[in-house]
Amino acid sequence: MADHAPAHPSSPFMAALRNAFITALIALGLAAPMMGLVTVQGPNGLRLEPHWERVAIAVGLVFLGRLALNLTIWRPDAGRTRTQIPPRVEATLARLGRWFAPVAVALAVALPFLPGVERYTVDLAILVLTYVMLGWGLNIVVGLAGLLDLGYVAFYAVGAYSYALLAQHFGLSFWVCLPLAGILAAFWGVLLGFPVLRLRGDYLAIVTLAFGEIIRIVLLNWYWFTGGPNGIGGIPRPSFFGLDFTPGPDGFAATFGLKFSPLHRIIFLYYLILALALITNFVTIRLRRLPIGRAWEALREDEIACRSLGVNTVNTKLTAFALGAMFAGFAGSFFATRQGFISPESFVFMESAMILAIVVLGGMGSQIGVAIAAVAMIGGFELFREFKDYRMIVFGAVMVGIMVWRPRGLVSSRTPSVFLKEKKAIAGSLVQEGHG
Amino acid sequence: MSEAMLSLRGVTAYYGAIAALKGVDIEVPAGEIVTLIGANGAGKSTLMMTIFGAPRARDGSILFDGRDITHLPTYEIARLKIAQSPEGRRIFPRMTVLENLQMGAAVTQFAHFDEDLRRVFDIFPRLKDRASQRGGTLSGGEQQMLAIARALMSRPRLLLLDEPSLGLAPLIAKQIFSVVGELNRNEGLTVFLVEQNAYHALKLAHRGYVMVNGQITMSGGGLELLERPEVRAAYLEGGR
Repeated sequence: MADHAPAHPSSPFMAALRNAFITALIALGLAAPMMGLVTVQGPNGLRLEPHWERVAIAVGLVFLGRLALNLTIWRPDAGRTRTQIPPRVEATLARLGRWFAPVAVALAVALPFLPGVERYTVDLAILVLTYVMLGWGLNIVVGLAGLLDLGYVAFYAVGAYSYALLAQHFGLSFWVCLPLAGILAAFWGVLLGFPVLRLRGDYLAIVTLAFGEIIRIVLLNWYWFTGGPNGIGGIPRPSFFGLDFTPGPDGFAATFGLKFSPLHRIIFLYYLILALALITNFVTIRLRRLPIGRAWEALREDEIACRSLGVNTVNTKLTAFALGAMFAGFAGSFFATRQGFISPESFVFMESAMILAIVVLGGMGSQIGVAIAAVAMIGGFELFREFKDYRMIVFGAVMVGIMVWRPRGLVSSRTPSVFLKEKKAIAGSLVQEGHG
Repeated sequence: MSEAMLSLRGVTAYYGAIAALKGVDIEVPAGEIVTLIGANGAGKSTLMMTIFGAPRARDGSILFDGRDITHLPTYEIARLKIAQSPEGRRIFPRMTVLENLQMGAAVTQFAHFDEDLRRVFDIFPRLKDRASQRGGTLSGGEQQMLAIARALMSRPRLLLLDEPSLGLAPLIAKQIFSVVGELNRNEGLTVFLVEQNAYHALKLAHRGYVMVNGQITMSGGGLELLERPEVRAAYLEGGR
């Protein structure tokens, strides 16, 4: 704001007022011709109709808005403390944070049986968990390895189409197709990885973006194989280890002596995606503590240093791409079996952007942050369904807000993967002097 | 001379069409500290990077223990137990000190990690206090210690140090140099040191090279170079 501040500000309020006034003048200049004069079809051709009240409203809004901002967020002395959270609050949050993950998992496990939970809630939870899983998968690539991937949805699509086509043409069951879909997606991950090995940052983002679009367009146009825009329907539903969720005598309900309910399958799907998501999380957490996970993080920090420490950066990047893609493949085949119908429309760029937004807003590299962001974004998106297109505005505003107040994402602290076990007690004779 | 651990023979390197190294010959005998001094832009750091294969030498050859490493990928060169503390330290800022050191031990497959960790903490006790702190929060001197400690974690036979005194207070720089000297005396570590701080570097080194515009213009014993009027005029009295 320094460039707007007058040379000798008499008081902060006067400076803010002055600044707001100048802004209002600019708004007047813009609004007068654009909003104030409207052309109307008259009997003698076009004529101008003045609408000065609209201009007055616009200018007034700009003036008041700018003044409010000047006095709150943009105050010269507000900059330092704005993004800081008091240490006391931070400590309490940290203590709560330790309990947060177990409680959240317990809640997730109990969710279908909680009172007042209906089919809609479970359906929504399945959707949210799918994105949690995708977020965690992309977190390996973006959050840990630092490779900005804008085409992640391509692997989700590969997984979905793998399951759909394998199940339809070869009659393979979901449980056989799941690993196959993962392997195929990982294969495509490596395939994308090879040409982009030397790229970083913006360039990598553009290539991966293009890759995502290529996959979608191929799916759209390879008519005899993928069904093109018509998609693939009638994808087999998953069975409970061979037991179908049907009302018949050898269905799931009859075998376990339950009354048939369509809810059984939904709950089964819910636990399926919960398990898949938790596996993703577990694998990521374990990998972070292994040399490969550490190499990913080091790669994100400094690629040249990594290489001179003997890390094979080619293999490291490819494993990150492959693993991230594999989890997207799992999520994709789950998506296919849940929907029973897939088409290229489900795998547009918007999905990639959404998953990336979840990872960035959650705090890159943070597992809990990604989960919270997925719940907030997908849940919030559903919650505001009534608002139709306006929810995109809310969505944008929330994102701006998070980036202003939590620029490194919701959970920005990074948990070290290793701690020093022995205490600081070393014998005095072992310590050389004077080099600290 | 035939016993040289690292020898560069007629090495040239280019950035696009610009020649950064114009036929460099350097010998680093086992168990010695060899230093390379020169002004900004002389090609010192390029030489250091060329030993590690990026940028790759266009002509000439780089031999380590008599083996031609000119065309090996960087990570394979590192696995031959050549460690580097690069210019500008290049530690991993968001990872903790301990994690940085773990990265240094990557080439050893963690065979003797605890032992090596104790050793570098003995050399740099400050790092032990900071073990769980993020690398980026360390002071410049501590970051330099971390960069050297990280390089030592791989139990290197040859340590390449690129401007360890860069941006450090004279006292801290002196400490760093004395640690390097001790490592050489006590453990027989071979060191190739690139420095702008000609006085300290030449005093420490057994042998020195002077580089101007991508070429070696002078070489000799460390103290011998220090006595030469040309060196004194160009790198000591005028420059400092």
